[in-house]
Amino acid sequence: MSFMTKPTVRHPQLPVNDLGLTVRDYEGGMSTLCAGCGHDSITSAIVTAAFELSIPTHRFVKLSGIGCSSKTPAYFLRDSHGFNSTHGRMPSVATGANSANRELTYIGVSGDGDTLSIGMGQFAHVIRRNLNMLYIIENNGVYGLTKGQFSAAADKGSIAKKGEVNQQPAIDPCQTAIVLGATFVARGFSGDKDQLVPLLKAGMKHRGFAMIDIISPCVTFNDHEGSTKSYEYSREHFSPAIVADFVPPAEEIKVRYDEGEAMSIELHDGSHIVLRKLDKDFDPTDRVSVLSNLQEGVVAGEITTGLLYVDESQPEMHELNNTTQTPLRDLPFDKLCPGNDTLQKIQARYR
Amino acid sequence: MSKPSVNEFTLKIANVNGTGSASANGLLMKSLFRMGIPVVGKNYFPSNIQGLPTWYEIRASEKGHLARSGRVDVMVAMNAETYKHDLAEVVSGGYLIYDSTWPRHSLLKRDDITIIGVPLSKMCNETFPNARARILMKNVMYVGVLAALLDLDLDVIAQLLDETYAKKASMLEANHLAIRMGYDYAEANFATPLPFTAKSSDKTANHIIIDGNTAAGLGCVYAGATCAAWYPITPSTSLMDAFRSFCAATRKDAETGENNFCIIQAEDELAAMGMVLGAGWAGARAFTATSGPGVSLMSEFLGYGYFTEIPAVLFNVQRCGPSTGMPTRTQQSDITSCAFASHGDTRHVLLFPANPEECFYAARDAFDLADRLQTPVIVLSDLDIGMNDWMCRDLEWDDSYQPDLGKVLRADEVEKLDVFHRYLDVDGDAIAARTLPGDHPKGAYFTRGSGHNMYGAYTENADEYQQVVDRLRRKWDTAKAYVPAPVIQYSNKNRIGIISIGSCDDAVREAIDILGHEGVGINYLRVTAFPFNGEIQEFIDSHDKIYVVEQNRDAQLKSLLCLELNVHKEQLIEILHYNGLPMNAQFVVDAVNVDFVKGEAA
Repeated sequence: MSFMTKPTVRHPQLPVNDLGLTVRDYEGGMSTLCAGCGHDSITSAIVTAAFELSIPTHRFVKLSGIGCSSKTPAYFLRDSHGFNSTHGRMPSVATGANSANRELTYIGVSGDGDTLSIGMGQFAHVIRRNLNMLYIIENNGVYGLTKGQFSAAADKGSIAKKGEVNQQPAIDPCQTAIVLGATFVARGFSGDKDQLVPLLKAGMKHRGFAMIDIISPCVTFNDHEGSTKSYEYSREHFSPAIVADFVPPAEEIKVRYDEGEAMSIELHDGSHIVLRKLDKDFDPTDRVSVLSNLQEGVVAGEITTGLLYVDESQPEMHELNNTTQTPLRDLPFDKLCPGNDTLQKIQARYR
Repeated sequence: MSKPSVNEFTLKIANVNGTGSASANGLLMKSLFRMGIPVVGKNYFPSNIQGLPTWYEIRASEKGHLARSGRVDVMVAMNAETYKHDLAEVVSGGYLIYDSTWPRHSLLKRDDITIIGVPLSKMCNETFPNARARILMKNVMYVGVLAALLDLDLDVIAQLLDETYAKKASMLEANHLAIRMGYDYAEANFATPLPFTAKSSDKTANHIIIDGNTAAGLGCVYAGATCAAWYPITPSTSLMDAFRSFCAATRKDAETGENNFCIIQAEDELAAMGMVLGAGWAGARAFTATSGPGVSLMSEFLGYGYFTEIPAVLFNVQRCGPSTGMPTRTQQSDITSCAFASHGDTRHVLLFPANPEECFYAARDAFDLADRLQTPVIVLSDLDIGMNDWMCRDLEWDDSYQPDLGKVLRADEVEKLDVFHRYLDVDGDAIAARTLPGDHPKGAYFTRGSGHNMYGAYTENADEYQQVVDRLRRKWDTAKAYVPAPVIQYSNKNRIGIISIGSCDDAVREAIDILGHEGVGINYLRVTAFPFNGEIQEFIDSHDKIYVVEQNRDAQLKSLLCLELNVHKEQLIEILHYNGLPMNAQFVVDAVNVDFVKGEAA
């Protein structure tokens, strides 16, 4: 929600993507978040991912709810339509927009309050519909704009800035999403762009609902000692289970992996995610083992990260609905209106 | 007192829901309709699936008065539980038919009506082998009895059965048999026909019998709606059912078999409205259907849609409030809540269809208005219109119609612009152009429910904010010229009038007819839309006294008239009907007469 114009100065030697665009073309307005906010790192990772995928800038739709995280769509992809909706309601707006135009790449940005409290209902049901979108949770465990209340993602025992101890159990969006039937679930850290960018690219390309829970420390209200969502705590307790590399359709998989360590998953457009397992027991295509692994992580006090679960075989909303390939908003009127002759025939049954 | 008549009578069937009485009642009603007699059916049903009392009322009226009659000439009392109540409801001189298989309680009798016992259960049990058929055919059999008593055309009934059960031979045979048995029993045991008879007429040509939800769903197909999202709620659910079934019949791609529509059953009404806004924003014609409790949940997004200027269509099939209220009873009690739904200075364009025919065209108008004005438009129907069977003129579609999509700039037009600003009023009508996602990078803008300036950018600046909300108010003035005009009928030139709305229409017109015969000439204006346009002010200005007739407790239409127009409050007199049943003409006549007596006494 920036009201400052960002200067569009370009270095002449900036690399260009397949469309001849530079990373600058994928940026947005100037951020108005606090200096050092994890969300700005995520914004930067989204810009990089979108640029590297060479998707035309206006073929994205960016949507959000309410909160610090939900402001960020104003800070990337200035040439895309954006929709900053009401608190917790982004999934329904995304569903409607996608129903009207299935061709675009939908990126939703939400926060832990926006998703796990006020938006829990819509979050659950957008997963069940397997809406084709990337859903990012910028998770800092705290309500920033209203100055420091615990969110539903705050861990039990985590201490607020003013000393209050959280007594309620945290909702883990990753476990929740997997249980509800999500077809792509990942967790990252705003401070680890190398891990994040391939996850974002894979999420954008995944056919169906891709959720990435990104731990994104709040420097103002939740970065102190005793908080389990601080930079320091997050870095110390991160436990990457798997490393994902994104390989576009035209490229060969060049890196060699030791046998048994890597697996390649083909996405519907021919691109691949190559997964390198750091934990040999981890199988991101087996829901039961993933859930058990995540539970073990919780008990051990670790934050399991990486591409946690993926199932590329499930139909997304339009496939379930058997919707025409043409975006509905582009269908000519004569395909929609049955005409007066048909109307007269229809009325025969009402006589 | 019941008077002998031809083609002017009311039948009421008391039954238990879940017994399949709907098809028998439909058969009865359609038989009258096919005999050329104007007819209306009102269903009084419980919020329940099986086992509670339900009534179906059929009024035949050669004169074409098709409001609820408010009287019962012939009662078919099939439900022992409500027998006492049903017996009491029959007008003096009327008739009551009951299943004499079981004895009636001796205390329950009336000397001023004729009681006709037919052993329906006994005959069915002896004739039909399985339990379900025995229950169903009991209902069909009373249609046979009524056919004899009212002198219905048996050929018409037979034809209807042949059409309905063309593919179910066993059902067809059983139905024919049940009709014949009922008919023969009545002929053999009673003096037929009764003083109320049905005589073939010619008043139903070029008419159909349809409910408002079906007509509205059909209208949405014709208007080009492609995206629909809803959460099931009585009494609006059948609107989306109709849309789905008409889409399935007419919107499958001939080559691929794919759907040229997308219907989403949402998790709640909050989400349903969000989906409609998302789809409207992305460029599709999108709508939802709900009732009062759903509107309460949708209010958050209605305010968003108003402030960010996104086209959306919402059908509110009103039921009895407040809160859960009576889900299966009718009312017009969401007028003010819809007019101003959501917090802040918010106001919405409303349409008020009076019958199913108007629901069909209101769908088209609502989409055109929503696109043209870039705002949510709410169509306020009600349970009486939406779920009851009304006789309407044939629906006609003008094949030259093209949807009015308003100021939408597509890629080729955006390409020609130097720069695009979402909320800039270029034409002076307070409506700014919009672009669609995915079309062109130059057309991109950021939609936000937070403060924004005329260029679409975030603002907390006092002047910039006010410029936007002031323009929205000017857009409201633009809307006045676009919404449909009220329907005005002068009975003779005097200075007494009635202003009414929606489903009150038939009762009001019948009341004006009755009062006219009593020597009281009343002019009539029916409000069809909000904002109110100029003719309503003129009507008010040219009358000394105006009765405002509506179906809610708090005089919501009157309040809105007082709020928006120049009105002397004492000039408007409330006539309010709000018990959940559709209003009848006599209620209006009585209220007017009481006021007259009061006026003379003063």
